[in-house]
Amino acid sequence: MAKQVLSFTVNGEPVEALVQPYVTLLDALREDLGLTGPKEGCGTGDCGACSVHLDGKLVASCLVLAMQARGRSVTTIEGLARGGALTPVQDAFVRHGVPQCGFCIPGVLMAAAALLAENAEPSEDDIRYAIAGNLCRCTGYTKMVEAISEAAGTARNRGSARGA
Amino acid sequence: MRRFELVTPGSVDDCLSALKGRGVEVKVLAGGTDLIAQLKVGMLKVAAVVDLSGVAELRVLEGDARRGFRIGAAVTARTLERDAKLRAALPSLSESGALVGSIQIRNLATLGGNICNAAPSADMAPPLLALDAEAVIAGAGGRRRVPMASFFKGVRQTVLGPDELLVEFAVPATGPKSGGAYLRHTPRRELDIAVVGVASQVSLADGVCTKVRIALAAVAPVPVRATAAEQALEGQPLTSQAIARAADLAVEAARPISDQRGSAEFRRHLVRILTRRTLTIALERATA
Repeated sequence: MAKQVLSFTVNGEPVEALVQPYVTLLDALREDLGLTGPKEGCGTGDCGACSVHLDGKLVASCLVLAMQARGRSVTTIEGLARGGALTPVQDAFVRHGVPQCGFCIPGVLMAAAALLAENAEPSEDDIRYAIAGNLCRCTGYTKMVEAISEAAGTARNRGSARGA
Repeated sequence: MRRFELVTPGSVDDCLSALKGRGVEVKVLAGGTDLIAQLKVGMLKVAAVVDLSGVAELRVLEGDARRGFRIGAAVTARTLERDAKLRAALPSLSESGALVGSIQIRNLATLGGNICNAAPSADMAPPLLALDAEAVIAGAGGRRRVPMASFFKGVRQTVLGPDELLVEFAVPATGPKSGGAYLRHTPRRELDIAVVGVASQVSLADGVCTKVRIALAAVAPVPVRATAAEQALEGQPLTSQAIARAADLAVEAARPISDQRGSAEFRRHLVRILTRRTLTIALERATA
């Protein structure tokens, strides 16, 4: 079967790849573009390890065909930090020692980033709701919630400091 | 995943051309949260997949409580959950969208996909039945409308012909004193499948119930209306006694099976509890 040309934007850069029509976005990112941040946990959309942003929306990339991303914009964990500086939520994950085995963390950070883009002042319930589609088999959820909460506060404080 | 050809039409007519004469060897891809998973495990085998993501018409979302709504088949569960107008006017449908999967799933999963997958437990089916919605189906001979109450034919079976495409849902006006609610029981809130789901919609005038719809999921091969319970309430004031009696009658519409999610007896119990609760919430919303 002939491969097809996939033109889309990945982490802010225009990208072209040749992909089979039956390949998932997750496999194209990992195998063709070398972006191994998104992981395959379950492959059926249940675990959230493959989470990326598609046109700014959090999706399970294991359930999207690569060709469905044609003309669209994809952000992976590799595109979250810009210019070498971690985002406040990534920084908080490091300082709180959130990652244990680390397998789920790229997906959790994409879920956290999607939440903070929509809601600068999430409650604990908001945070737990936002990461409910991400399974952590080390069960490190408490530290995730603390780190995301702190990062939201950090972003707020920076905003108010600039305003003052 | 097994190999398949991918067709990417830009219009409903192009979709119909892609489907024409190909029968079961071609499948339509909306959100993919059921289809891709089914293709991966080999539950489905197809020669071609028709990707609907390029068909803008399928994402139409317009209307209000006074005129009714047009909701495109490819409107996502997340849009049902978050759209302010839908939340206010059709809370039962919005609530059903909010309960599906996780955010990662809801940003992909579509209303039309949930309905065409035709699982007995489909969360979005009871609200559509309770709202007297119609499915608008495009085919070679034009478009036809099918009431949701007769859309499902069996487990994973619908009235859709192999050459047809579900385009949108027409939800009639609910009126000023109408309210609805959807509740389901699941052991865990996220990424679970309804043991039982119940949607209720009530309309009031002069203190009495002028119209009521109660629809049940996961208690029969297809989503069903609890018509005896509805008839017992129409024309009556919705007292707590009347609601409790309707909840008892709703159990008679259920023909549940026992499986790993719950016994038939537990499911009948849940129908009673969730019917009472959804009617109570629907009544509060109708009078708010």
